[in-house]
This record gives sequence, structure tokens and C-alpha cells, in this order.
Amino acid sequence: MASMIMNPVTNSDSDRSRRKKKKSMIKDNQTNQSHITRWKSEAQQQIYSSKLLQALSQVSLDAPSSSAPRGGRLVREAADRALAVAAKGRTRWSRAILTGRLKLKFRKQKRQRGSAVAAVTGSSRSKKQRFSVSKLKAKSLPAVQRKVKVLGRLVPGCRKQPFPVILEEATDYIAALEMQVRAMSTLADLLSGSGATSSGSAPPLPPTSQ
Amino acid sequence: MSSRRSRSRQSSGSRITDDQIIDLVSKLQQLIPELRGRRSDKVSASKVLQETCNYIRNLHREVDGLSDWLSRLLASADTDSDQAAIIRNLLME
Repeated sequence: MASMIMNPVTNSDSDRSRRKKKKSMIKDNQTNQSHITRWKSEAQQQIYSSKLLQALSQVSLDAPSSSAPRGGRLVREAADRALAVAAKGRTRWSRAILTGRLKLKFRKQKRQRGSAVAAVTGSSRSKKQRFSVSKLKAKSLPAVQRKVKVLGRLVPGCRKQPFPVILEEATDYIAALEMQVRAMSTLADLLSGSGATSSGSAPPLPPTSQ
Repeated sequence: MSSRRSRSRQSSGSRITDDQIIDLVSKLQQLIPELRGRRSDKVSASKVLQETCNYIRNLHREVDGLSDWLSRLLASADTDSDQAAIIRNLLME
């Protein structure tokens, strides 16, 4: 900061490049936030519902007499595909769903890479501890590493991604999943016609009216 | 201030700062209903991650349940004329 004040002319280029990097990072954060709030909007839910209905019409036409477990799987896959399309391919998980779900299931994880990254970042961070120690050390703890790996497995397409990428994808994925649940339960209520379940939860859970 | 920049350069070329990670974890915490009200320095990153995993698994289960329900509705509605009409109207739009 002092260098910026003292030598505005000579350091302007390097500062500009640094500011550009910071600006792009800030812009990324802002677009991520706007994406997350987008999932909560009514318009997004309606767009998703119409896409879902289109997908479902294809499902039911192909297999009108499908048994419940198989049909459920088809509906789930159609719903996930519709969700990925609604994401417009800006996130890794949506692209991963669209390129094919079978790829994601049986991949081996490379733990050596993960532990090497943890060692490097752990050593560089221990020299300058300006923030709370618990938060900084948390990243190199094996428990946190394991949890991040589990999270990476849960979010599609994020198995080999670094820690911050997994966190970003997870925030968007959670917002999208919540919207998916809202849209599907509204749809199911509509189709069931009885309107008995006001909470919109799945049948295994006891509805409020009963 | 320059020390922060040099630290970001040191972190193995990935240019990820601690601030970013803390920011991401707190954003994640805000999304999870269980952890939403608590202050961010009282909740450890490990707990946030654990609750995130649980929450995503719960959401997956809900979606699976809803998919089963929807598939049963679609399958059974062929017999019922009212529901079939509704579904046909919805699907053909």
C-alpha cells in the first residue's frame, strides 16, 4: 500500500496487474453469489419445472408401464439432467452430470497428490499466522482432508478438484438441490391431485395432515 | 499489505488465499440450515464440512424419494382419467 502512494507511476503496471487479478477474483465471487441467489428465484424454479416436465414426458412415453424402482431412477436422472441444463454449464457439477454419470462412479482417488498439496500449503502458512490458528490448521488436518474428499465425492465432477473449488461447487450445488426439491415437490403435489401433503415431503415421511 | 500478496504467491502457484478459504467456508455455513444462526468463529471448518456432507446426502435422499413418488404418480395416473388429463396437459405444453 505504501509503495502505491510513493511511486504511483513506476509501480502502476504491476499494481494494475495485481489489481486485475484481485478484480477477477472479486468478480468470480460476485458472479457466484448472484448464481446462488438465482436458484432461489421463482423464475428459475419455473424454468426448471418446465424443463423437468419436458424430460418427464420423454420418460413416461418410453416406459409407460415401468415398475416403481426403475421408474424412480429414470425420474431422478431426468431431474438431475434438467437441473444441470438449468445451470447453463457454468459449474463443474452441471457439466459433469451432462457428460455422463457413469464416469463418476468408480474412479480411484489419488491420495498422494492431496497429501502433497496439504504439506506445501501447511508449511507456507505456519510462518505467517495472522488469523485464528484453528481455522488455518484446519486445512491440513487429516480429518478435514477426509471430509473434503467425502464432499468431493458427493458433488458430481469434483473428485479430484482442489479444496476451494470443491467448496465453491458445493455452495452452488446445495442451492440447486434445494430448488430441485422445491420444484419436484410442487409438481408431485400438483399431480397427486389430493393436496393432502402440504409439506411437500416424500411419502416415507409422515405428511402433516395425517 | 505486501506480505499478503507474497504469501498468496508462495502457496504453490494456486493463488488461493486464506481469506478466500475462510470466505468460502463461511458462505457454505450460511447455506446450511443447522449452522446458519451461529457465529462463524464458533463453528470449526471441520463441522461445517461434516454438516455440508450430511445436508447434501439428505437432499439426495429427498430427491430420490420425490422421484419415486413422481414415477409412481405417472405410472398410476394412466388408469385415472382426471389425473391423466392433468398430466397430459402439463406434459404437452
